[in-house]
Amino acid sequence: MFNWFPPEVSTFGQDIDSVFWLIFWLGLAGFLIAEGIILFALIYYRRGKGKKAAYIDGNSWKQASWILIPGAIVLCLDLAVDFAGGHAYHEVKGELPASDVKVRVEGEQFAWNITYPGPDGLFDTADDKLMLNQLHVPIHHPVHVYLRSKDVIHSFFVPTLRVKQDALPGREIALWFEADVAGQYEIACAELCGPNHYTMRGFLNVHTADEYAAWVGETWGDN
Amino acid sequence: MEHAIHPEPTTFLRKHVFSVDHKVIGRQYLILGMVWALLGGLMAYVVRSQIAWPAQKVVGASLFIDGAAGPGIVLPETFNALITMHGTVMVFFVAMPILLGAFGNFLVPLMIGARDMAFPRLNMASFWVITTASLVMLVSMFLPGGPAASGWTGYPPLSARESYTGVGLGQAFWILALALEFTSFLMGGVNLLTTAITMRAPGMTMMRLPLMVWMQMTAAVLFMLSVGPTIAGAILLLLDRTAGTSFFVPAADGSGGDPLLWQHLFWFFGHPEVYVILLPGIGVLTEVLPTFSRKPIFSYKTILWSTMVAGVLSFLVWAHHMFVSGMSPLMVMPFSITTILISVPFTLVIFALIGTMIGGSIKLTTPMLFAVGTIACFIVGGVTGMFLGSAAVDTYMHDTYFVVAHFHYTLFPTVILGGLTGFYFWFPKMFGKTLNRPLGHIHFWITVISFNVLFIALFRVGLAGHVRRIWAAVTYDYLKPFQGLNVVATWAAIAMLIGQIPFIANLIWTAFKGEAAPSNPWKSNSLEWQTASPPPHENFHEIPTVHRGAYEYSVPGSEQDWIAQDSEPSSTSAG
Repeated sequence: MFNWFPPEVSTFGQDIDSVFWLIFWLGLAGFLIAEGIILFALIYYRRGKGKKAAYIDGNSWKQASWILIPGAIVLCLDLAVDFAGGHAYHEVKGELPASDVKVRVEGEQFAWNITYPGPDGLFDTADDKLMLNQLHVPIHHPVHVYLRSKDVIHSFFVPTLRVKQDALPGREIALWFEADVAGQYEIACAELCGPNHYTMRGFLNVHTADEYAAWVGETWGDN
Repeated sequence: MEHAIHPEPTTFLRKHVFSVDHKVIGRQYLILGMVWALLGGLMAYVVRSQIAWPAQKVVGASLFIDGAAGPGIVLPETFNALITMHGTVMVFFVAMPILLGAFGNFLVPLMIGARDMAFPRLNMASFWVITTASLVMLVSMFLPGGPAASGWTGYPPLSARESYTGVGLGQAFWILALALEFTSFLMGGVNLLTTAITMRAPGMTMMRLPLMVWMQMTAAVLFMLSVGPTIAGAILLLLDRTAGTSFFVPAADGSGGDPLLWQHLFWFFGHPEVYVILLPGIGVLTEVLPTFSRKPIFSYKTILWSTMVAGVLSFLVWAHHMFVSGMSPLMVMPFSITTILISVPFTLVIFALIGTMIGGSIKLTTPMLFAVGTIACFIVGGVTGMFLGSAAVDTYMHDTYFVVAHFHYTLFPTVILGGLTGFYFWFPKMFGKTLNRPLGHIHFWITVISFNVLFIALFRVGLAGHVRRIWAAVTYDYLKPFQGLNVVATWAAIAMLIGQIPFIANLIWTAFKGEAAPSNPWKSNSLEWQTASPPPHENFHEIPTVHRGAYEYSVPGSEQDWIAQDSEPSSTSAG
């Protein structure tokens, strides 16, 4: 199949992609049918000598079924899309699974302030660590992100995770993800946030368990 | 109503400038919209050039763009201003003036058999208010700090405080210009509805109205019902901006205003607004397709009720623009369902339009080519809307170029292709001259091909996660492989602009060499074609009496394949 998306590295990424492909194939079929009929009409019913148009006003139920049946089919497909999409959406934005890995990501013109709560697991305590644009998380482990903004609206977007969430001033929004491939991935800002919006680039570092333990040790010392 | 409603003007100013005649005002709206379309298109060219060739000199832009980096070089703040202006201009100063202002004004009185609009002076006032709005918008571009640069959606806090963008009075002028524009179309909407309801010729029942009139009426109702909250929001934003209030700006401790409030107020209007633009575009098709297929419109009532259902639904979908905004996830699914449901009435409308061609005798004149192009491209816009309506997929797609490509595939066909369909179709009636056919066809093919290349490229980069509104995609490593497609899209945009040269050449050629147009060049049924081209002062020498609907083409037993709405029924076939 086509490989149109960036690599997918989160537990729910596959589910989002599969909703895309469901809509894609349904939409492609609808598109080809509709465009095919247009093309057929243009060729087959082009004006010619001796050809006369039929008087069809589509007002009887029998004639109108020509459009009512496609309408009914689309209604059924809509429901299928709603159910498939609803499931995936619930997975991504529903209740957060329990986790002890928490980070606070605060957008600011034009950087991501990423705060780690440290060994006590609590924010706003002495062992917090603040890093600019570098998000470190363990692999195969749910991560809670508490999203905030210091000034305008930003949008925390990690294409490889299929995660996007606006960061708003004045409120904190919780989201989660679980990465399943180690590596470094880019974080983009998806909401216009001012002149240097395009520079608001961060990095998600997904570490293997050993690497992560090493990073924690290095950052907070072995106490 | 046989008495003259206003005497024929005698001075040049009264006749061509400060006219109360709906035909003159319609043409004025058309010219206003076309001038803005050219400006909006040139802005898109500069934007695309910057994206394809970051920080390089934009060819031909040195005169207008002369920032700290030198002439012709687009700085990020200029870039943001240009995308803001492009969106604002195309929606509010191109789509609405052409589809509602020009077509609504020019066609509705003629189509219903009236001498003018119900309130001719209000009509003139509405045009001069949008002209004032245009001037305010133009002035805003030359103020210290530059024009508004927070996107056409003007999301606060970015738009609410000068410190966030460095934009000064430009943002306040932007709000003011929009408020004036809304006022203009409120005046126009009241006028149009009153006219269509009270001034129809004898025999013109509501169900005999050409669908274009219905589409204009539905659009006017949608606009008037939805715009109120946005005007209120605009006033609050203006206060935030100028008086230091904080309706949309929270304090550091979380108290105070809420930026999401603006998004609700804006999109409650913003989504119906899409249909305000779309419906008149469909109205153009409902007149053009039957004429060149020589067939009745397929299922008049289905189109009528479907568009009304879509109009009602459009009030219940606005939050689909806000799936990742931080709004409660519990609110997301209902909006996702209503959004996806809107595909049902539109499937009916699209299939009814296609059904009109089936069994017809199709002639691909320039307006018919544009009409078919409109439907063919609009289908892509409809189908791609499904992805974004699904909240799960939207968490990935939101604010990427996929969204940009999607809404250009809905708005470009309706506004530009639909607008040009109407332009080529009614030009003989509006200006009394016949346009050049080969130039029209060249214009069509270049425009449609370049449009598709441009936005298919943007769909592709959008799928790769290319976020919109970024000054240089090459900032991100994951987008570097797609820079080539950005260049392709930019060349397509340039081709589209060049493709408008045959159009302008056609207008110049026609002005000097165009043949005088007959009163009914396309052998069409509705009343505007049953009077001279261009129509005389007060439209009809005698108010016509209507005997049938507007779509009686190829009636069995009839000698000719069309029957004008006002032609007397013969004794044998009472229509």
